[in-house]
Amino acid sequence: MITINIEKKLKAYSGQQWLKINREFIDGSIIKIYGPSGAGKTTFLKIIAGLATPEKGFIKVDNTIWLDTTTETSLSPQKRCIGFVFQDYALFPNMTVREHLEYATKDTQWINRLLTIGKLETLSTHKPGHLSGGQQQRLAILRALAIKPKLLLMDEPFSALDHDMKMVLIDDLKVLFAELRLTVLIVTHHPQELAGLGNDELEIATN
Amino acid sequence: MDLNPIWLTLKLASITTLILLLICLPLAWWLSKGRSFFKIVIEAIITMPLVLPPSVLGFYLLLAFSPQHGVGKWLHNTFDLQFVFSFQGLVLASVIYSMPFMVGPIKSALQQLPASLSQASYTLGKSKSETFRRVLLPNIKPSLFTAMVLTFAHTLGEFGVVLMIGGNIPNVTRVASIAVYDSVESMDYSAANTYSLILFSITFVLVIGVFIFNRTQAKSPLE
Repeated sequence: MITINIEKKLKAYSGQQWLKINREFIDGSIIKIYGPSGAGKTTFLKIIAGLATPEKGFIKVDNTIWLDTTTETSLSPQKRCIGFVFQDYALFPNMTVREHLEYATKDTQWINRLLTIGKLETLSTHKPGHLSGGQQQRLAILRALAIKPKLLLMDEPFSALDHDMKMVLIDDLKVLFAELRLTVLIVTHHPQELAGLGNDELEIATN
Repeated sequence: MDLNPIWLTLKLASITTLILLLICLPLAWWLSKGRSFFKIVIEAIITMPLVLPPSVLGFYLLLAFSPQHGVGKWLHNTFDLQFVFSFQGLVLASVIYSMPFMVGPIKSALQQLPASLSQASYTLGKSKSETFRRVLLPNIKPSLFTAMVLTFAHTLGEFGVVLMIGGNIPNVTRVASIAVYDSVESMDYSAANTYSLILFSITFVLVIGVFIFNRTQAKSPLE
């Protein structure tokens, strides 16, 4: 069970606005997060990952408190063990596909399995600059999964992909998420594009 | 023809570049993160040698490190260190004088890397130092190379500041740029020409090397 209750002040063109979320998520659920631009969808994921700090907030995952602003408790991103797929993929230009996974884990068997799942075995010596958009996206997901997280956060992971590629990837991911029993939060501009993938949703509106 | 000024210059430039590399990597990383007033002041101080007449910098270093008073006296009495009219003094002056050439390109390159690179590394459980060493540093190699070459080349060309703090002592502080000036003063134009030609050639090769190394970059390496 993930319990989240946060309030963060956001800067917007129209002045200040507040990101306020108070929700619980069940383990193993796949949650689609949507809302208008600038509402704070990415910030919400970064707060969960420990990459941004809210003015007020409380985050509890299972029985561990990750964040409690009243007691100034904040677990570092390194200790939260979260898989994070960034909107720009954030792949390391200096590392090959295999090196990305080796950077995250020493488990060779898991690395080989991930390469198979992501259909990147034959490209393991390639650097991100020599991969297509879809291959980069798969690598970003594999790297996030390499640390065997319980929680996976994905920030508009399909925004750069065409419709056909999106459909193929969503089918692969459905199988993978179920197999790994992951709790997944996916930020998307268009919830309908993730048809069949999520079983819960969260709308973030501007306040 | 005495080639010692050339060797001394190359030695000074090499030591300065190495010291600045060690100092400026963490310094540039710190400066690249956030813009507090304190950081702006530190950056302004680092940048001062770019706009200050070298003789002014040399004059203040001469005053500060004079063994007769202040810091210079303390260093002399405590550690038997003398920065005025010594090779150590040239190194100190060069480190201060060439610092903006090392800090600038490294800081700028670190700022241009997407923040998500570091953040991705943190979510993989990596510390800030490991992230810097294995993710950030390898991805700013061209800028690092540019910074090192520009620092080296700039140190080769120092004149005012090294003359003020080091004087013109053969085999100790008489670097090539001072040897050129000294040769002209004593009407030895042939020696002045030789020193100048060697300095010009080394500097030209270095600068053209930077441009060739960075030829695939969209911007000029000096921007």
